[in-house]
Amino acid sequence: MSLFRSRFVQAVLIVALAFVVLRFGIRPPAPWSVIKIYMTVVFLAVLIYVSADADSWRSFVGPIRSTLVDPSRRLVRAALAIVLPILLGYYAYTQAAATPEAPAELRAVHPAPPGSIQFRGKEINISGVENPLRRDQASFKKHAAAGGETYIKNCVYCHGDNLDGHGQFAPALSPPPADFQDPGTIAMLQEAYLFWRIAKGGPGLPRESTPWNSAMPAWEDRLTEEQIWQVIMYLYDATGQQPRRWETAH
Amino acid sequence: MRPLRALRWVAWTAFAAGILVAVVAVLTALPAYAQDAAQEPAYRAFPVIGSRLAVWAVAQLHLNFAAFILGVPIFAVIIEIIGWRTRDARYDWLSHELVKLTFAAFSTTALLGALLLFLFVGYYPKFWTYMTSIFFPTYWIYALLFFAETFTVYLWYYGWDWLSGSKKWIHVGLGVLSNLLGTSILVVANSWVTFMMSPAGITESGALKGSVWGAINNFTWMPINIHRLIANIVFGGTIAAAYAAFRFLNATTDEERARYDWMGYVGNFVALSAFIVLPFAGYWLGREIYAFNQTMGITMMGGFMSWLWIIQAILIGILFLGSNYYLWLGMERIPGSERYRKYVPYMLTILAIGFMVWATPHSLIVTLDEARAMGGTHHPFLGFFGVMSAKNTAVNLMILTTFLSYVLYRRANRLSIKPWVLTGMAIQWGAFFVAAAIVVFYGVYGYFVESIVRIGFSVYQVGAVLGAIALVMTIDVPMFRGARSTGAIRWGRIPARSQYVLILLAVTFTWLMGLMGFARSGIRQYWHVYGVMRDTSVDAVTPALGYAANVITIVTAVFFALVMFIFWLGGLSERGKAGAHGLPAPAISGGSEDDR
Repeated sequence: MSLFRSRFVQAVLIVALAFVVLRFGIRPPAPWSVIKIYMTVVFLAVLIYVSADADSWRSFVGPIRSTLVDPSRRLVRAALAIVLPILLGYYAYTQAAATPEAPAELRAVHPAPPGSIQFRGKEINISGVENPLRRDQASFKKHAAAGGETYIKNCVYCHGDNLDGHGQFAPALSPPPADFQDPGTIAMLQEAYLFWRIAKGGPGLPRESTPWNSAMPAWEDRLTEEQIWQVIMYLYDATGQQPRRWETAH
Repeated sequence: MRPLRALRWVAWTAFAAGILVAVVAVLTALPAYAQDAAQEPAYRAFPVIGSRLAVWAVAQLHLNFAAFILGVPIFAVIIEIIGWRTRDARYDWLSHELVKLTFAAFSTTALLGALLLFLFVGYYPKFWTYMTSIFFPTYWIYALLFFAETFTVYLWYYGWDWLSGSKKWIHVGLGVLSNLLGTSILVVANSWVTFMMSPAGITESGALKGSVWGAINNFTWMPINIHRLIANIVFGGTIAAAYAAFRFLNATTDEERARYDWMGYVGNFVALSAFIVLPFAGYWLGREIYAFNQTMGITMMGGFMSWLWIIQAILIGILFLGSNYYLWLGMERIPGSERYRKYVPYMLTILAIGFMVWATPHSLIVTLDEARAMGGTHHPFLGFFGVMSAKNTAVNLMILTTFLSYVLYRRANRLSIKPWVLTGMAIQWGAFFVAAAIVVFYGVYGYFVESIVRIGFSVYQVGAVLGAIALVMTIDVPMFRGARSTGAIRWGRIPARSQYVLILLAVTFTWLMGLMGFARSGIRQYWHVYGVMRDTSVDAVTPALGYAANVITIVTAVFFALVMFIFWLGGLSERGKAGAHGLPAPAISGGSEDDR
């Protein structure tokens, strides 16, 4: 099996295998933006692998060099001279051609919150604030249950009855509703952050990284301050997540 | 006029001009401070490119040069001490060579600093007046420190031959003193820049409350001091290594190649040693920013700057891969290193996977179809790699792997003759595996606890890695003392591509510094002084990442063009002689086993 001992063949196989694993081995499929990053790393690593010592480098460069200069490889050279430009041209076409699909958007999932917000004429601090209803632990169940009711009446249509973002309206929305079960969403945020997002919704998102296109309504006109804090308690209670606590400067 | 004298004349003239400009600029600022601020224009427009871009470019260039002249002397004096205690002339030569590079860049740093001051006074007068109202006492301290630093470094450089032999301890003392003064300059300047980020010691109206110490000792001051100090050493090491690589590639004799190969190796070793602890310092700084102000923290890590961290991850991944690659290529000049080649693919695999995990974005760029297939904007599998648990685990394993590379390199031509060698090696491998297990354990456990507990896990991970490094080295040094050699290192016999890697590392690190400087400064958004003094200029908009990347790239290119020019100037003094300070340069080729 001398063919597989060739560093050049090994390099090609590693790159091809990595692509197959990344493209078809991850379910659901990884976004192309991520696959590009991963393949760049694989390509760099393979280059380092084949050139980390002189013997390996000679073994890698040998076939390339003989293809370029060896008279017996004339036909291969000619074939490459035709195939490579066609492949490059095809790649250029795929990058430039118009498609019916909307282009991918670079969104910041966690926009920075303001220090405070106006809620029905009252200023509410976002920075450093805990959920005031948690002070009374005896009423925790009562508040969580009330929050659940509010959720079922208002939020379930988009965020789903499993709180996983798969509500009835979800397929029509882009970006999709937040999945609260995901450890990368509410588990990473303080409750005050959720209060801001629920109260101000999509219209209240900051201008950074626009367009947001979020369909989240601003609930401040429909829910009271207490109802929002109750919903927040319900979200954490139902998903088993813990809200992020505030840190203090050291 | 002889070239060396000409160089000295140029350096002195440039330095004097820098000081003059600085003094004039400060004096210009004083009347503005005294006058009613309302009568002054808040801003003036810099021609063509605008004031912000002018300040940005000059500040970045100044910082690059300042980082170089503050970073290099730190390890130059350590190398001088090694040469002094071991009586090895090569270290003394190398130390002098490094200080020569610093010396050549000194005047440019002062000139750029003066130019920056000019720009602030001229184009941001109101801002500068405010900063002066808070920090005026520190200006005097800064100026005095700068004078003291300058004269100490000049004495250190010019007194190299004069203060040799029995007076060497005085010379080493000058080196230590110049480092203390340089670090003091750094911490004074850091107080200004960190105050802009996390102001403290002031009233609600922004006036100084109590002493200036309250403003100096703000929330991010000490984390930045530590972070910049370590980063300066890395930066200095990479630039010195790039200089050596440049000289290696232009060398005409084997002796010259050997000398600069060795210098490049030492530069990279210094950079790598400091680089290993740099992520920990950066993490501390990030935590303090987050703790000071959540909005600022989220803007930096989760808001519109979150993609900047993906670029950062890619650059740091390149630094890790490049540093290891250089060590692996360097093994080729070490007889006996062949036995370690088989480990390279495994180490490379860990580094590559760590790189991929680190570069996995938290906010994915997805098309609508991809989002639907994923069931949201979070990928159910890749989402695990987008959070800090995964990234901390990846970077700690990469650091451990890089350290393993170094350990293998270190012992490549040595065979221990100690009777306890098997036990020693077993403990060393055990330390590696235990540290890796702790890192992975807390990385996985981090997904099952709340955020604030997870953040604390990073301390255990870092502790495990640093503990393993300390234990392995504690065993390694005595284990290989008096070891049997499998052959001397053939300095100079390394592929040319290794030298391009050194240049790549220097460029990458410079670019990275520019990028992170933009992040640190950009998170203030439309504030000159966060929450205190609003930016009401026409430039009060945070630039997009693409624009910032272009500016940083151009500034990096200008920096390297200036560095090459300055190094060329420095090289003029050597034309026609191999030695750098009166003595012939020591032979390096075929060095002993103690070369490392």
